[in-house]
Amino acid sequence: MVSATGADLGRVRAAVAAVSDPEVPVLTIDDLGVLRSVEEADGRILVTITPTYSGCPAMQFIEDRIIEAVLDAGFEGEVRTVFSPAWTTDWMSDDGRRKLREYGIAPPNPVGSADETVLTIRAVVRCPRCDSADTKPVSEFGSTACKALYQCNDCHEPFDYFKEL
Amino acid sequence: MGSPVFTYLLRLGDDNLILSQRLGELVSWMPELEEDIAVANLALDHLGQARNLFTYAGEVEGLGRDEDDLAMLRDEREYFNAVMCEQPNGDFGQTMARQLFVDAYQVPVYEALTGSSDETLAGIAAKAAKEARYHLRHSSTWVVRLGDGTAESHRRMQAGIEAMWPYIDDLFWVDGVDDEIREAGIAPDMTVVRDTFERTVARVLAEATLEAPNDPYQRTGGRTGFHTEHLGHILPEMQNLHRAHPGVSW
Repeated sequence: MVSATGADLGRVRAAVAAVSDPEVPVLTIDDLGVLRSVEEADGRILVTITPTYSGCPAMQFIEDRIIEAVLDAGFEGEVRTVFSPAWTTDWMSDDGRRKLREYGIAPPNPVGSADETVLTIRAVVRCPRCDSADTKPVSEFGSTACKALYQCNDCHEPFDYFKEL
Repeated sequence: MGSPVFTYLLRLGDDNLILSQRLGELVSWMPELEEDIAVANLALDHLGQARNLFTYAGEVEGLGRDEDDLAMLRDEREYFNAVMCEQPNGDFGQTMARQLFVDAYQVPVYEALTGSSDETLAGIAAKAAKEARYHLRHSSTWVVRLGDGTAESHRRMQAGIEAMWPYIDDLFWVDGVDDEIREAGIAPDMTVVRDTFERTVARVLAEATLEAPNDPYQRTGGRTGFHTEHLGHILPEMQNLHRAHPGVSW
């Protein structure tokens, strides 16, 4: 049994952190905050992740890619899914937010910036193309569970908004 | 029935599985493309919540049953969802009335469960609570838009509310199972949950210019496996593939 050195663990962690989200390929699971920890015990790598949404269909795909990344780095690993603390878009890295905007998706506002009770006005979502604050929601639900559909009233660009959660 | 915790997890999970199946029936039938995407997303959230609850229920039971066994290999009398969740979609007004009631119920249930003494259930609930709040925003927006819309949309939204009204009590129905786990700090006090539900519904109906029906008839029984005629038709469609090809994967 091979025991991972600190350098090995850093290498494995970097490989795992580079796994991308198949539905938003510009983001890695590290950018998203889905990757919670990478640990080693008795030569095996234990990767802990947390799902974005309960029914996110990408989780199985992500788990498979993590196992592959660990194998490629020379170790055997397993993935553990935890629900608590529940994932929040506040965990998304600044780098991830920048990448999202450049990709044409409005990054999530801070949680709590919009009143979550029923029948209330939402927080301002800025257009990722022209940065206008004058935008309107087109649909509460978008192409994936994590996004809503918006349109800019200034440049008229339709765009996805990564919903704050 | 298994342990109280197992039964309680099935009650929570079955609500989500059956409602998910109903919403799934609507994919490609919605009045506009955005709503088509919305019902698919709602169904997916409910299915995900069901999967998490069934997986945990299987662990609690300790007999080696997994999420698929619990979803696909039980019969009608072994399902403990509230009868609201199995009611037909009807028109869009009825679908949104059902969704409003279930969302207004699930939000306070999940929020309370976030503080459950059962840490696994608390984690599942914390995730689900966020989704339920978003669902409620969606359903309440539609109920208001339709209720306070044209004469025809108002008439049909009111009809949807009336069609779903007799199934509200079943959502909150409790027995010894609930008493035992409430005392253990696992599940919330349903009278408190119902207060929140009543306030939410009253607020939405008022904004929507709709009226609460005054017919006192309520149909309960779902929590102990006594269902309306509809569940028996949902299950064969949902379970057929799994039962015809045991262990199949693709």
